[in-house]
Amino acid sequence: MMIVLIVLALSVVSILLAVSVYLSGVSTPSHVVSSSQTGQDDLTAAFLAIIGLVAMTMSMFTLSQSRRQAAEMKIEIPKVMTTIECKKCGTKTMREFQRGDYVYKDLDACPKCPDTKQVITAVYKEIKEKEKTYNV
Amino acid sequence: MYVMIREVENSLHKLKFIKEEGRKNALDAIKEIGKPPVDPTARVDRYLEYFTIGPQSMDPAGIVYKLDHILDVRDTRLKDEVKMMAPGCDDVQVNNLENTLEAAMALNFIYKVVRHYYIQGKKTLSLYVIMQIQMILPMVMKEAEAYASALKAFAYGQPIGDGAGPLVAAKLMHGYEIRKLSKDCVMATIPLEGRTALIIKAEGPGGNVGKPGDAVEAVIEENEGKIANVIMIDAGLKLEGETLGEVADGIGAAIGGPGVDQYKIEEKLTKYHIPINAIIIKEDIGDAVSPLRKEINDAVDKVIERVKALILEQTKEGDKVIIVGVGNSIGVGQ
Repeated sequence: MMIVLIVLALSVVSILLAVSVYLSGVSTPSHVVSSSQTGQDDLTAAFLAIIGLVAMTMSMFTLSQSRRQAAEMKIEIPKVMTTIECKKCGTKTMREFQRGDYVYKDLDACPKCPDTKQVITAVYKEIKEKEKTYNV
Repeated sequence: MYVMIREVENSLHKLKFIKEEGRKNALDAIKEIGKPPVDPTARVDRYLEYFTIGPQSMDPAGIVYKLDHILDVRDTRLKDEVKMMAPGCDDVQVNNLENTLEAAMALNFIYKVVRHYYIQGKKTLSLYVIMQIQMILPMVMKEAEAYASALKAFAYGQPIGDGAGPLVAAKLMHGYEIRKLSKDCVMATIPLEGRTALIIKAEGPGGNVGKPGDAVEAVIEENEGKIANVIMIDAGLKLEGETLGEVADGIGAAIGGPGVDQYKIEEKLTKYHIPINAIIIKEDIGDAVSPLRKEINDAVDKVIERVKALILEQTKEGDKVIIVGVGNSIGVGQ
């Protein structure tokens, strides 16, 4: 991180130098310096500007990458579903998992058959996204 | 070298975040479920640094029972620690909290090992030190992410992928009389395809794997070795490219862990010349410790069909068969 910040600072310095070299070339009257001298200043300014811009782009990219990585750092909690079944009529219902649920836990009576208890028959998570396949 | 160091550094930041989340989740769960009278933070931090020293192996005779004893002591000690942290918990919750803390402990350990290699690599400026950790980093990160997703599952008591074996056993024994066996295991005797099936699993719904080795030993001795076949069902690690929830069968004691249970089962089977079959449900490490996936749940019926086919093929009517559902029974009753 430190190196990236140093490169960023140097790139800013390089761009500022480029601007200053270019402006000094423009502000100096033409009779004071030769045309070849002005051309050399322009070339130096352009060179410094290119170095500065490339370095700045690279350091900004690295910074944004590390920011993105930091934002990605979270633990996803999957949605877990509980399947409830009536032993008598076989009616199946699904709801979101509640703390205390477990497979083969007896629940309240079935709304259709009041004399039979419902039971949890499955607790699982479903992942919709398909895994990447490799044709090998 | 700079690129490698950067890569390890980025992963280390992520591991630190995951480790802190693990610790926070464990603390929140203890405070919420256990209603501790005093702040459990210091005790949790001490728990995360807990270590176990394996037995000396210079003279390996009898090492299995020494290791068994050490693991028993560890288990009792960790459970007692949890009970002290969260006195308001019942046994099921104690098991679930212990599993949550063990996941946090694993994350803490992974972070510290990666940090060790990173700092050592920077200190010595040795490419080989950094390379060692950089090369295995994708697998390490995968395991850490798996433990991170296990934290909530353990705290809430949700079934996990490793519970595939107990889930099969639970489906077979549900509705029959259940009796307790040795440490944290249960058994039911059921009729299956004209045979008597003795179904064994770890007692649920609390998070625990029981001691299937002791349970199988006890049941074989109870029946004086007159067992026609032993079928073990477990979750097995799949290779990349294999389908999640694929069912495969083979020969041998399908049981992971430190090897104590496998040893005990093999000893008893050899003594009475009992054949052993194994059925595995394939899943990767991430699926094994995170909430049970639908594909694994759907594989349960396929396994039961396979068990029935095996019994018909390899035993005679009236024989006794032991069926063991190996794995963590968290979120799976019986």
